[in-house]
Amino acid sequence: MAIITFSIDGEHYSAREDQTILEIAREHKIPIPTLCHLDGLSTVGACRLCLVEIEGSAKLQPACTAKPVEGMVIRTNTDRLKKYRRTIVELLASEGNHQCAVCVVNGHCELQNLAYEVGLDHVRVPYLFPSKRLDATHKDFVIDRNRCVLCTRCVRVCHEVEGAHVWDIGGRGINCEIIGDMNQPWGESESCTSCGKCVRVCPTGALFEKGATVGEMHKERGFLKYIVTARNKQQWIATAHEEE
Amino acid sequence: MKPRVATAWLGGCSGCHMSFLDMDERLIELADRIELVYSPIADVKEFPPNVDVALVEGAVTNSENHEMAHIIRRNARFVVSFGDCATTGNVTAMRNRFTSEQIQQRAYIELADLNPQLPSEYTTLAQLLTTARPLHEVIPVDAYLHGCPPTADQIWFTVSELLAGRVPVLPPAYLRYG
Repeated sequence: MAIITFSIDGEHYSAREDQTILEIAREHKIPIPTLCHLDGLSTVGACRLCLVEIEGSAKLQPACTAKPVEGMVIRTNTDRLKKYRRTIVELLASEGNHQCAVCVVNGHCELQNLAYEVGLDHVRVPYLFPSKRLDATHKDFVIDRNRCVLCTRCVRVCHEVEGAHVWDIGGRGINCEIIGDMNQPWGESESCTSCGKCVRVCPTGALFEKGATVGEMHKERGFLKYIVTARNKQQWIATAHEEE
Repeated sequence: MKPRVATAWLGGCSGCHMSFLDMDERLIELADRIELVYSPIADVKEFPPNVDVALVEGAVTNSENHEMAHIIRRNARFVVSFGDCATTGNVTAMRNRFTSEQIQQRAYIELADLNPQLPSEYTTLAQLLTTARPLHEVIPVDAYLHGCPPTADQIWFTVSELLAGRVPVLPPAYLRYG
């Protein structure tokens, strides 16, 4: 494998020629914001937050898919890039319904963190306040498309890691949305294995576990009855009936 | 002359004002340094002219909010969006996917315990706008204070900066939604 040398933000680096700009930047602790990227999944370059400038090219390149070539001059944090990154987050905010105060991941959300990273003090484009569908038909999980940023992590993890391929993108343009089993209710899905991988990789509160919001928890007190009667009955394993 | 400060409460829950009161003993210092000329926590009926700083809580969700927003802008030199509802629409804007007829039907007829009737039947009451909007979509805003509600420390920082004659630039730790 050939080693190439190039510069990032004025510093010289060398790397293997099969490494992406993002991988190299992460190795050297050069911050580049990402959203659709997740280690362990394929890269799609969809969110455009990791765009970088390459000298001599008018076109910006996503750091997650672009690989440097010998002598390349890369810039990761110019005023132009900062402006574009903030605008991207503003567009994401305006195209969804992101009410942080009532969101299950408030304080643990990658979109929130990105907003802070790009200094988003307000959104300069008009909020669209779209009507997006929420599907709570699955026994364990909910998809609230109001909070979805279409990063496709759920699509990729389900296809590439779980091998079930429940999720796809349906619709076009502003009407794009995550659909399951060719747009059937999640609870009726025959391909979903209920593994929960999509929920874990979701950067926002769009995919979440039931029982996480106000009033959803059911206390199960059956265990007490079992413990109390176990010695008398000489029965040390609770039956499903007793656990209810 | 002390700076003339106003706070206003549009389409919000008053939580931002509760957080304002959470500044605790700092309120005593503040009382010495400003003149509070209008606020839901002061008994003043009309928004006065010649205000230096106005903190505005809440989204613009009805005709009264809309009128008030313009009155504030005309009379205040520096307007701060005070909290997430003013900045993003937040919880107040969650009704935007429904029509105002649907919302009123739900709130005032279906959920009414006594005397179900629609406010739209009374021309003296404020009428819902088609959608709730963040303040800066209605009037120009000079600074933003986030949080649901903003913390007392965030509010103190913003007010202190303004009193020192600086436009507040929130440090990263104070940029915080939700």
